[in-house]
Amino acid sequence: MSKIEKGTWVEIEQVVLKPEERAPSVPEDTKQVPYVLRVSGFLLEAAELGAEVKIRTIIGRELSGVLRTVNPSYSHSFGTTVPELLTIGTEAEA
Amino acid sequence: MSAKDTSYAAVMARKNEIMKASLGIDFDDYMQSPIAFDYERMMRETGYSLDDIRRIQRETKVGDTPLFELRNLTEAVRRMAGPGKGATILVKDEAANASGSFKARRASISAYEAAKKGYKGMIAATSGNYGAAVASQAAQRGLKCIVVQEVYDSRGVGQPEIVEKGRACEAYGAEVLKLTVGPELFYMLLRALEDTGFFNASLYTPFGIRGVETLGTEIAEQVRARYGKDPDAVMITHAGGGNLTGTARGLLAAGCDQTRIVACSVDLGGLHMASDHDFNRKSFTTGHTGFGVPFATWPDRVDVPRNAARSLRYMDEYHLVTQGEVFYITELLTKLEGLERGPAGNISLTAAVAVARQMDRDQIVVVQETEYTGAGKHHNSQLAFARENGVEVRRGDPKDNVPGKAIVIPVSLDQVWGKEQDMEKLRLSYLRNAAKVAAANTWSEADVAFLAADIKRDSAWVRQHMAGL
Repeated sequence: MSKIEKGTWVEIEQVVLKPEERAPSVPEDTKQVPYVLRVSGFLLEAAELGAEVKIRTIIGRELSGVLRTVNPSYSHSFGTTVPELLTIGTEAEA
Repeated sequence: MSAKDTSYAAVMARKNEIMKASLGIDFDDYMQSPIAFDYERMMRETGYSLDDIRRIQRETKVGDTPLFELRNLTEAVRRMAGPGKGATILVKDEAANASGSFKARRASISAYEAAKKGYKGMIAATSGNYGAAVASQAAQRGLKCIVVQEVYDSRGVGQPEIVEKGRACEAYGAEVLKLTVGPELFYMLLRALEDTGFFNASLYTPFGIRGVETLGTEIAEQVRARYGKDPDAVMITHAGGGNLTGTARGLLAAGCDQTRIVACSVDLGGLHMASDHDFNRKSFTTGHTGFGVPFATWPDRVDVPRNAARSLRYMDEYHLVTQGEVFYITELLTKLEGLERGPAGNISLTAAVAVARQMDRDQIVVVQETEYTGAGKHHNSQLAFARENGVEVRRGDPKDNVPGKAIVIPVSLDQVWGKEQDMEKLRLSYLRNAAKVAAANTWSEADVAFLAADIKRDSAWVRQHMAGL
């Protein structure tokens, strides 16, 4: 696997609390899973995906975690057509 | 990172010292007993007058938003209402604030205060529009910003609306700490405050709530200027209570003491707010009963020692609407009024339709916010996502709507009724919560007076109900 270059915009992941370390008040299903953080920043040293790395965030903080994504981006959209909405307030329904 | 013990218990134990350092408010100064505190003095001692707040907000593109009459929707309501019924529906277009929602008002004074006191940055824990508002206000004041956000379930999946809100925070230059489901958001906030020494731009400080007061005064001024009278009812989407508290305080400051203050939330009964499984089945990320009811019945469950948002102090009524009703009205607003706005702001619009049909034609009901819309933060996105996640979406009678299982979009406007909550039950629930802090038989005269004011009742009412707690 090739190394991701230093300075690349990446996302890291960090297990903040293991299941047994979680707050006493969480419900059963949530208690089964770890509390996980993801955060983006510039990679401080070249590394492979899955490696423990350090990043500098957009406001200049140094954080560490497992290198997860290169150039993290957004793909949320307006969603697939919901036919139930189409006719509301139109002649088709008047 | 700090060398201190970062275990959950250790960080929570340092809560008070972290809060003191990050707010510059000594809450102990206002405490009178475990129950009572001097709320009005705390609000006054922010040191800002309403004129100061208006001036500060103008500097960062907040306030002076338009108030629109929804003529076609009002006509549609009148057609189905009884003779002489159907109040005029107005909407305050808060999407016009920098960052696209009323939350800019809430963030603006905190940003000003943080800069004035020499903090290098500010932090807020929120999954809502507030993050974008804090980021946008911080950017304009030259402050760094961290937003601590609950985004994903354990599969790494987030509702499109929440993902969009995170994107907006990053767009305004914030570092976004994206977390999985859990109440440990507060723990992460404390850690970030401790690590950075930044200002705590909590939603619930006096700065946050006082910033919303201008929303109430603007409504009073705009309605009086155009209609020559005060609004008869103001509909307010209710979650943590700050929107309602700030707006109501502003209306009262402007002298609108006869205006009905109506809270509105989406009914998400049956879904657990901290459940990994239920997280992506809400179809609403805020303005719902999962926040609205617990915050009304016990405001002091927040990230500051005493919450400046105390909704029962000001609330006259509390209306619930279904998910399907809100999606229907959101689409109707677009098609009839030519306004495409995000669903959360349309919760109070939905309740306004239900209320306006029962009010007289010469009366005025104001919907006090809208929010921006766009990819992810759109009713179509939320409905498509719900369907992909196994939630049934269909047209029918909204009474058949079951949160997390079936979203039932009304067939016609006359099915939009909402449901009124029993205010007395909410007030009693508040008193029961107070009794958990200090047993009712230990309450002093001053405690009883405080509790009465906090639920908009008199001391006699509280005493009458104390025995039954």
